[in-house]
Amino acid sequence: MVQPLGTLKESASQTAGPYVHIGLTPNFSGITGVYESDLGATIVNDRTLGRRITITGRVLDGTGTPLKDALIEIWQADAAGLYNSPSELRGSADPNFSGWGRSATDGETGEYRFETIKPGRVPFRDGRLMAPHISFWIVARGINLGLNTRLYFGDEAAANAEDPVLARIEHRVRVPTLIAAADGDSYRFDIHLQGEKETVFFDI
Amino acid sequence: MTDLSNRKPETGAFFSRDRLWHPPGLTPGYKTSVLRSPQKALLSLDGTVSEITGPVFGHSILGELDNDLIHNFAKPGESAIGERIIVHGRVLDERARPVAGALLEFWQANAGGRYRHKKESYLAPLDPNFGGCGRTITDEDGHYAFRTVKPGPYPWPNGVNDWRPAHIHFSVFGHGFAQRLITQMYFEGDPMIWKCPIVQTIPDKAAVEQLVAALDWGNTIPMDARAYKFDIMLRGRRSTLFENRMEGN
Ligand SMILES: [Fe+2]
Repeated sequence: MVQPLGTLKESASQTAGPYVHIGLTPNFSGITGVYESDLGATIVNDRTLGRRITITGRVLDGTGTPLKDALIEIWQADAAGLYNSPSELRGSADPNFSGWGRSATDGETGEYRFETIKPGRVPFRDGRLMAPHISFWIVARGINLGLNTRLYFGDEAAANAEDPVLARIEHRVRVPTLIAAADGDSYRFDIHLQGEKETVFFDI
Repeated sequence: MTDLSNRKPETGAFFSRDRLWHPPGLTPGYKTSVLRSPQKALLSLDGTVSEITGPVFGHSILGELDNDLIHNFAKPGESAIGERIIVHGRVLDERARPVAGALLEFWQANAGGRYRHKKESYLAPLDPNFGGCGRTITDEDGHYAFRTVKPGPYPWPNGVNDWRPAHIHFSVFGHGFAQRLITQMYFEGDPMIWKCPIVQTIPDKAAVEQLVAALDWGNTIPMDARAYKFDIMLRGRRSTLFENRMEGN
């Protein structure tokens, strides 16, 4: 026998199920009057610093069918590359930018949508700068443990080329699965759960 | 968003996730997972500042009835129908430290097993006084509590005759985005737990038992509500003592 470490096990994940919107976006699901608004529905206000952008996309299953019951959360740095979080020790983030958003995919089209700002660059563990990116977390019926991935920007070719996380993707043909197509201030980012274009998901 | 805690914020990376303890992505007994589970290996990434940080929510977002599902959707003077219960417990990390300021959001079916949702087709009736959502934030010691009615079991389209055991869905935020977790709470003594294909996605019996709330007789309120105790464990952080630092820092 040895001394016990005294650690606990993380609670096991269970699927968010088909009714996740009741709990996380009740107003969207038609349950009004309980919360004033759905948490994470707005990320920016009219004083937020940085370039306004829109991100839209879908989550597609192994047949290419969009999920109409998924829920996506994003987490990103502000325009100066700082997170609005107590664990951010490098400085104070823009107080008018939460950095966190939540969007259900549309019940008809399967589209999600975020109105946010382009994030600044933040350092990798060794101090090198990562390319601007947004962390994504995807849950839905049929997903047993939330999926983590990142969105990188299609108009940041130089920064993407030196990004230490993208550099670790062995099969280079998969890198484009993390890069959102740019069209002015609109970016499109589809997430493929399976198949030839399966998005690179992370074990973070 | 405000920091609730006077403690020094923790900034270490998280313990790696034990993916043999969690359900795998592909679990054919739960049919929907077959086309929704990634088939390629995940890219391992030791936490950067993007994963170590996360949103923190202040008590100011909470309404007075947010942790009372018996009343938060009910007409004035009325209340939801069902067995009145209190669910309480602590949010701890893997190092057994309390997680203060953790936002918990929960949702559930009504006492008859019916969800208030347009895609729900179970013939059990809606309760006009029950919405089915609530939320709260843990205190300095990681404690939380809410009041609700015990949800009913319900049938669902998977196998010909699959039923979910009574359960409450929980969404949990810790302090880092990598701690984000959704899970479900089950009730002590329910024989249906062990028949459920969604429960069975979890490979380890001990991991299932960790999701079963105990009837907490001591905290039952006489003539009012029984109590169930449900602790939630989130990933722990490494100590930062000997972490790699940037050269020159
Ligand atoms: Fe459920």
